[in-house]
Amino acid sequence: MRPGDPSFAVVPEQGSGSAGLRLFGLVYKEALQIIRDPSSIAIAFVLPIILLLLFGYGVSLDAKHVPLGLVVESPSPKTSDFAAALSHSEYFQIDRLSDRRLAVAAMLSGRINGIIVLRSDFARKLYSASGAPIQAIINGTDANTARIISGYVQGAWQTWLIHYGLDHGHSISAPVSVDQRMWFNPDIRSRNFLIPGLIAIIMTLIGTLLTALVVAREWERGTMEALLVTPVRIDEILLGKLIPYFVLGMGGMAISTGMAVWVFGVPFRGSVLALITISSLFMLAALGMGLLISTLARSQFVAGQVAIIIAFLPAFILSGFIFDIASMPAAVQFLTHVIPARYFVAALQSLFLAGTLWQVLFSNSIALAIMALVFLGVTRMRTRKALE
Amino acid sequence: MSTPVVRLAGVTKQFRSNQRRVTAIDGITAQIATGRITGLVGPDGAGKTTLIRLIAGLLAPNSGTIEVLGLDAARDAQKIQAAIGYMPQRFGLYEDLSVFENFTLYARLRALKGAAREDRFKQLMAFTGLGPFRDRLAGQLSGGMKQKLGLACALVHPPRLLVLDEPSVGVDPVSRRELWSIVETLVEDGVSVLWSTAYLDEAERCHDVLLMSEGRLLHAGPPGPMSAGLTGRTYTFSLNGMDKRTIIPRLRQHPYVMDALIKGSGVHLLLSHEPDVAQKQELAQELGLGEDDLHPTAPRFEDAFIALLKAPSAPASQNSLLADDGPSALHHHGIATNAGSGSVIEVEHLVRRFGLFRAVDDIGFSVARGEIFGLLGPNGAGKSTTFKMLCGLLPPSDGKALVLGIDLRKAAAAARAHIGYMAQKFSLYADMSVTENLTFFASAYGLGGLARNRKIAEAIEEFGLGNLAGVISAQLPLGYKQRLALACAIMHEPGVLFLDEPTSGVDPLVRREFWTRINAMAADGVTVLVTTHFLEEAEYCDRLGIIYQGKLIALGTPDQLKNAHRHEKQPNPTLEDAFIELIQNYDREKDHETR
Repeated sequence: MRPGDPSFAVVPEQGSGSAGLRLFGLVYKEALQIIRDPSSIAIAFVLPIILLLLFGYGVSLDAKHVPLGLVVESPSPKTSDFAAALSHSEYFQIDRLSDRRLAVAAMLSGRINGIIVLRSDFARKLYSASGAPIQAIINGTDANTARIISGYVQGAWQTWLIHYGLDHGHSISAPVSVDQRMWFNPDIRSRNFLIPGLIAIIMTLIGTLLTALVVAREWERGTMEALLVTPVRIDEILLGKLIPYFVLGMGGMAISTGMAVWVFGVPFRGSVLALITISSLFMLAALGMGLLISTLARSQFVAGQVAIIIAFLPAFILSGFIFDIASMPAAVQFLTHVIPARYFVAALQSLFLAGTLWQVLFSNSIALAIMALVFLGVTRMRTRKALE
Repeated sequence: MSTPVVRLAGVTKQFRSNQRRVTAIDGITAQIATGRITGLVGPDGAGKTTLIRLIAGLLAPNSGTIEVLGLDAARDAQKIQAAIGYMPQRFGLYEDLSVFENFTLYARLRALKGAAREDRFKQLMAFTGLGPFRDRLAGQLSGGMKQKLGLACALVHPPRLLVLDEPSVGVDPVSRRELWSIVETLVEDGVSVLWSTAYLDEAERCHDVLLMSEGRLLHAGPPGPMSAGLTGRTYTFSLNGMDKRTIIPRLRQHPYVMDALIKGSGVHLLLSHEPDVAQKQELAQELGLGEDDLHPTAPRFEDAFIALLKAPSAPASQNSLLADDGPSALHHHGIATNAGSGSVIEVEHLVRRFGLFRAVDDIGFSVARGEIFGLLGPNGAGKSTTFKMLCGLLPPSDGKALVLGIDLRKAAAAARAHIGYMAQKFSLYADMSVTENLTFFASAYGLGGLARNRKIAEAIEEFGLGNLAGVISAQLPLGYKQRLALACAIMHEPGVLFLDEPTSGVDPLVRREFWTRINAMAADGVTVLVTTHFLEEAEYCDRLGIIYQGKLIALGTPDQLKNAHRHEKQPNPTLEDAFIELIQNYDREKDHETR
């Protein structure tokens, strides 16, 4: 058929509900692009799984099998009893060294992280009031690990003293006795609090980074310009991005939660409905940030940089995901209030480990809702159907 | 006459860049008539795209009014956008969606569904010939097919005004011709078309032309009468053994000659006024010709453009200032003059494979010293691959490639030291000044100390960059950018110069100035290899090799190629006619073989 035919110029009927059709067209197109684009798949599915495996198995803030050098200056049944207790502990890996100098050399070469010295008067002083002198020298380069090791060594010493005393019918006096109990995470597995926080990171990646990139890509390739010269409206363009990436982000959340519970054995003690609600709010805030970045940066390179600097890194460092907010300097603590991931991480950690604590969820939800409204509102105001 | 589809009144548009206000559109008043093809013609940077975006309501003017289809573009942008068909540069396609999916998206955005959408799709696929490629991803289509799909997407809802922004860039001549016939059919059907282009030959096919330069409107009206005003001022004569390298600069010095241009084995002249008998005789004598050897010829649109740019009333063009201070003699090309008179570039059975795909498939040619040789072909034909192999940037898979006697398969780096390369769109450092660019390229070629300083001073002198030495190169006018790029490419006095589409999209004066320099260098013994898909550029070459689907399908001077395709149907073939026929014959033969 040629355009010369009368039917060519017939304008097709403009049906009602054309706004719905336009939105459907945009969402459908976006879905096809997500499925076909290897980088979308990578950010939405591969990266979360890699991060989960990394934080689930690789990165651990627990100190286990810490290599320690043990120097026994004058061996006796008592010292070997203590040495055996240390060796059997899963927290240490004991390397027996005959001489203090050898131990220092090993520490300098990095083979061991600490030295325990049982002095020659160990057996004699065990029953004295001042207690038996054991010396622990710990590599303090990593202050956090050093503190943990020091705690473990003390704990091991206390435990051994008590057991030894009971076995031999003496009561050996320990200066202070602390009875510790860990709530919410009794195994003290760092995995249990890292993985819930990771969900916030994954959703930031999808909501902010991926969204900012795909909008910038439309500008870069000139497709946005073609879209603008159609009956489409700004709200439809924005919704056409929001809906598919919202679904993708929530999918990422579901995958991460599933892996957390069934692969890594992280407990989930809260309500699923509360998880969905607060995740939706966070997703909207993250998408709002992504879309806002894309109104400012129209190249993928700039959009990617901006998204990493203002969304991803803060979510990683300042959200309380790894580093405790309460122990940050006051100024930095103040800064964390503008980071959506902060509220989400707090809510997630309580949902997974503590249960549905309404007061925690409520305040964090309000904060996230406000942030989502602000980001999306500013985006809507700043986006015009124009190229300037 | 019916009301115009677009009315522009005193439209001005400025952009802010680096604290400077740049005027992209400078007080344009014009109309675009209903039911006609209006060409928006001008070189790159003239403001064509800005004007199109203003008309589409994508930008708002700083002053003036724009009325499209009776609607105000500033107030009713949404309504205008819903009513017009628009194809931006690079066609606005989603490369990761198929032909059908792209079409479906635009159909849904224009509220077309169900059976009506199916019908329209079939109609447009038949119309554009894309039917067999329904499920192919847009990114895997050729330039010509992308262009047709872009057009189909803009035509989903038959528009009253169709706006096409440089639709023929990156498209081979065959597809370009098809696009024209499609658009002409649409116009018969009552659609008004605005077509922007930097190619002056396209202007002649438009019903009306808006000729732009540096944000201003130089001329509005049908192209015919525009060049008709030059009747009696255009002549051709045959070179007949005259030295074509020297004749052009000589002619341009002549008081009556406004423009002189090599066309195959002849010269095309534009005179400043219609000569009387005595003046004509005088001119012929000076050239050593009989009076009858100076043939009157029909003026072309390009002549009209040159006349406008050179007219005293023309806006003081930054670019056109260049045309008058022609290049000083270039005489520093020691390597080239010492080389023997044999072939400087020798290519035999050259092959480059990418996996199973043979991008270059058994190509052979040789280029003599001081020759300007052009590789011509559509995008994706293999000319860039050939070019990269000869520059030593890509190792050949098979065959022989010698540049200045150096085997590129063995000593690519050694060959590169004797090669000058100027990339398309000038690979300058935009944020560095003229001197900094020159210094960098001199150092990159291993020049240091006094030698470097001397060379930079020479380049600044030779290329007339003295007053601009400290200017950031991004802010240079296009013509000066081109000079600087060439100056950088020849800092090391190369014997061979490689040029990648050096003058596509620049105005005709800048193009002439550039080629005058290249001709002077060739006269000094520098061998020049040019790749292009731009036929006007091909006319400047001494010899052409036409590359198509990885093969060299024709080789000869521009005149030989044209003559080989002279027959009753085309008694006076242009290079484009010859090119299209060559490609069509090749396709037919190949079709025959596979059957």
